[in-house]
Formats: sequence, structure tokens, C-alpha cells
Amino acid sequence: MHLLPNGVLLPNLAPLMTEKSPVNWDQIEAKPAFRSLLARKAKFITSATIFFLAYYLTLPVLVGWFPDLMKRPVWGKVNVAYVFALSQFVMAWAVAFVYVRKASAWDKEAANVIKDHH
Amino acid sequence: MSIALSMFVGFVALTLLITFWAAKKNTGASAYFAAGRSITGWQNGLAVAGDYMSAASFLGISGAICLNGYDGFMYSVGFLVAYITVLLIVAEPLRNAGKYTMADLLAYRLKPRPVRALASLSTLTVSTFYMIAQMVGAGVIIEKLIGASFHTAVIGVGILMLVYVVFGGMLATTWVQIIKAILLMIGAFMLSMLVLKHHGYSLDAFFEAVSAATYAGTEAPKNLLQPGLQYGIAVKGPWGPTDFLSLSLALVLGTAGLPHILVRFYTVPDAKTARSSVVWAMAIIGLFYILTTFFGFGAATILEKAQILSDGKPNPNMVAPALAQHLGGELFFAFISAVAFATILAVVAGLTMSASASFAHDFYTNVIHHGKETKPGQEVKVARITAFCVGAVSISIAIYLGPSVNAAFLVGLAFAVAASANLPVIVMSVFWKRFNTTGAVCGLGIGLLSSIVLILLSKNGPAFLGHPFPLENPGIVSIPVGFLAAYLGTILTARDEAAEAKFAELKVRAHTGLGAEKATAH
Repeated sequence: MHLLPNGVLLPNLAPLMTEKSPVNWDQIEAKPAFRSLLARKAKFITSATIFFLAYYLTLPVLVGWFPDLMKRPVWGKVNVAYVFALSQFVMAWAVAFVYVRKASAWDKEAANVIKDHH
Repeated sequence: MSIALSMFVGFVALTLLITFWAAKKNTGASAYFAAGRSITGWQNGLAVAGDYMSAASFLGISGAICLNGYDGFMYSVGFLVAYITVLLIVAEPLRNAGKYTMADLLAYRLKPRPVRALASLSTLTVSTFYMIAQMVGAGVIIEKLIGASFHTAVIGVGILMLVYVVFGGMLATTWVQIIKAILLMIGAFMLSMLVLKHHGYSLDAFFEAVSAATYAGTEAPKNLLQPGLQYGIAVKGPWGPTDFLSLSLALVLGTAGLPHILVRFYTVPDAKTARSSVVWAMAIIGLFYILTTFFGFGAATILEKAQILSDGKPNPNMVAPALAQHLGGELFFAFISAVAFATILAVVAGLTMSASASFAHDFYTNVIHHGKETKPGQEVKVARITAFCVGAVSISIAIYLGPSVNAAFLVGLAFAVAASANLPVIVMSVFWKRFNTTGAVCGLGIGLLSSIVLILLSKNGPAFLGHPFPLENPGIVSIPVGFLAAYLGTILTARDEAAEAKFAELKVRAHTGLGAEKATAH
């Protein structure tokens, strides 16, 4: 209980203030900010997935069915096959890099969406 | 005591110390199963890298490249690119919406009991095949390096692994992975440097030599940079390229369904750290696999085949240690052997951990006891007992199968099963509102069944089945079948209103981290 200077006795409101209300998931999900975030996320992830899978699977396809192309030398004795294989590492790291940057921006947006719901 | 023996007794002692340190900190389920969720991004990155770079990677790939050239290098490529699947699709939603196991995510809005039961079965299957492969590998290597018999070696590894897991839990296995990853990278660097030094530090000279590899002058020159030495039509017949494609598909999609890798993402405080740990892992793993160029291809220019024979046949597992011995003497050989041993031990611990966690958390607590712990600490106790049983079973099977079973076949099976059974259900659960329990059960069950049946019908299966299936890796068939089963199982059955109603919650949790399991204070 809290005694005000004018003599009024107030109940302790602290527990009520910090009491967690159950999260209204449907309310959050319905927020335009959330839906817009998810739509953009879905678009990026779908395109990135199609890209990396296509780039990656091109390697066994070319190696299997176009071996003569892959055996052509590029630099000294190093052939197309090896260079293409090395490029897969670069591709993977590049996709990861782009994703991390995008995801950091999404983190901030997501934090905004849920900031009143902890 | 030989140097090799002393070195890895030393390493084993160090890891046992870590286990006892972890045992003291291990109170409660969150500590045992998820290391208190206190592992940082770079630590988990190293641990994931350690978990992933099993004996198959260090020993198997260097051997495959040494003997088969470019086709062996494909493993290196596939194993790395697979992490993009993990990064983009699985790691963050998993951390945000789950607790200890992969099934936590799957059962989020679906009926828990059937989904967890099947997910647990799938986890146990994948982990067991993977584990037996490691046990066999361990047995062969230790048999060669210390001279112990295969049986003794397998039992010895099994006992050590059980000590880590039963007493230490996730915290101990995490730190064992981290140390082992560091040692592995050091070993890989040194080995690569020594190979380059042999070629006068000239990349030109190196590739020149690889393109006409003669195994130290003992064989006719072979261009190891050319693809097709293992999977080419001339070597494997008309299905060779398709088999290669099938393997590639299993590799790139399987990692995102490997329970023992996924479970690593529960050990970090939040999804953002899960993300950064994948990136760290990709940097380390990528670098390692690029280095396999040097000690893989290089070995064929330096070693004679006679140096890597066991029982008259080239044993690919011996390439890396033999190379170390040839280029760096006994001390370096001892170091590489200790690293190889540590590699196997760490992975086996990780596998046992995830398999036993799955049984205890998914099956015992959730399926049998409807989600309630009968006594506090019960779940952890069941996990420890399961770890013991799983260890005992895989030791027995490894001994029964003997040193000549094809370990690569078992690991390939694990990847194909993971990609066919687990991945479709993970993806649909997180991204498709209509997905229902029947779909999950069909996806898991039929994915599991199709991949296993096709392996049994392939040339690696038992003779009495006749080997009708032409591919060694079932991925190109079983993965689409798994996705199709999950899809059809959903749309051909009644809508699950409860599951769809909960999708909003799953979406918010998965994509914002609200309500995610927090780190516990030590």
C-alpha cells in the first residue's frame, strides 16, 4: 500500500503493471507490418533457394552429361570442372552474406512488430 | 608408449576433464540437452563444424579424392552448399519455435503424439546409421594406428563416447567438438602447407603434377582433375551420371534434416546467434573443404598406393595419416591420428546425444507420458539410459558388421533418409498453413520407408533381394517421394482446423522470436 502526501491510501498497483497478458498471436499476425515483412521474407528466401539450388545442381548435370565441356582447360591444367566447383564455394558464401544483411534488417522490423507484446 | 598413443591419451584425458567440468554444471534439462543455451555464435559455429566434419570428411574425402580425383571433390562441394539450405530455411525457425529436438518444431501445431513418435523413429534411424559408420571407421583406424584389434577399438571408442554423453551431456559434447574443430583446422592447414612445399610452393607445379598423377611414380599418369573417374559412364555404366546427381541432391538437402546438426541450434541464446553460428560454420567448413584439394589431390602425387594398403586393397581412410607420416614424420603422424580419433569421438558423442535426447524428450516424455514429467529430472535420466543403450547397440552392430562394411554407404543412407523423411516435414510445417498431422505422418513414414527400401534394393543391399535398383544413392527418387507423400497426405485428408488456427502463432514465433526458449543462467 502506498500513502500519498494528501493522506490517500493507494493499493500497490505494481503487480498489475508488470503482470504479463497472454500474447494475442492472431492480433500480431494480422498486423500489416508483420504480413508485409513475411511477404518480403518469403519472396527473398524463395528466389534465393531457387538460385542456389539451380547453380549447385548445374554442376552434377554438366559433369554427368556434358563431360567434354567440363574437361576443357581454363588456366594451365586447371579445368572448367574444378573452377566451377570452386565457384560453388564463392556462391555459397555470397548467398550467406546477402542473407545475413537482409536478415539484420528484418530483425529490426520484427522487433518493432512485437515491441508491445513481451 | 608410442608417440601416437601418448598424444591421444593426452587428448582423451583433456576431453574427460571437460566432461567432468560440464557434469558439475549440468543441472536440469536445459543444461543437459541444450548446454543452457549459452553457447555463443563463433563457439557454436566451431561446434557445428566439428560435428559435421566427421571421419568421413577428413579421412574419407581425402581418400576419395586421392583415389578417384574430381568425383571425390564433389563431396566437399555438396557438404558446404548444404549449409545454405540450413541457413535460409531451417536454423532460425527451429531455434525460435522449438525447445530441445527437431520434433519440437514439427509437433508445434500438429497432434504431438503421432508426429513425435515418427520423428523420434526417424531421428533414431538416421543417427544409428551415421553412428555405426563412425564406429566402424574408428575401429579400422585405431586398429591400424595402435594395433588394438577391431573389437577392442570399437568397444574402447564406445565406452569413451558414453562417458562423455552420459555424464557430460550437451555442454561436454559441445566443447569436445570445438576443440576438435580447432585441431582439425590446424592439421588441415599444416598438411596442405607441406603438400605445397613438396611442389615448391607453386600452384602451377601442383596442378601440373595432379593432372598427371603417378602415385610417386608407381603408376601410369592419371589426370585426377577430370570428372568421371568414379561416376563416369565408362566406369559406372549408363546410370552413373544419374547416381552422381542423386548423391548431390541428398548431400545438399540432407544436412537440413540431420537431427544431430539441427539440435546444435538449440544451444545458442537466440535465432540471430543461430544464424551467425551457421555463417561461422560455413566459413570454417568451406575453408577446410577447399584445403582438401591439397591433401586430397596432392596425396596422389606424393604417396605410393603401397603406403595406403590394408589387406592388399587401397584403404581410403589411411590417406591423410599416411601423408602426414610421409611429409611430417612420426610426430605429425601422431598429431593427425589423434585428430582423426578426436574427430570420430566427437561426432559419435553428438549423434548419441541427439538420438537419446529424441527418445527421452519426444518419445518417453511426450508420447508415453503425454508431455508430463512424472518426476523432475526424469527426462534427463531417461536420456542418459537411452544413450547407454544406443551406444551399446551400435557398438554391437559395428562389431557384427566388421571393418569391411562400406562406411560411406551408411553415411549416404543417413543423408538420403534425412532429406526424404525430415526435410519435407520441417519445410511444410513452417511454411504451409494447410499442412496437417496426416501429412506429417505420411511424409515422415513414407520418406523413411522409401529411402531405406531403395537402399536395400540397390547394389549395396542384401544379395537375396537381387539388386534391382540401379542407383547407389536413392535421393533422386526418395526425396521427391517424401515431399509428395507429405503433400498428398495433407490435401487428401480432412483439414485440421486446430493446426491451421495455430499457424498464426507458429508464424509469429518462427519469424520474430517472441516467446522463444530463453537461455538459463548457470
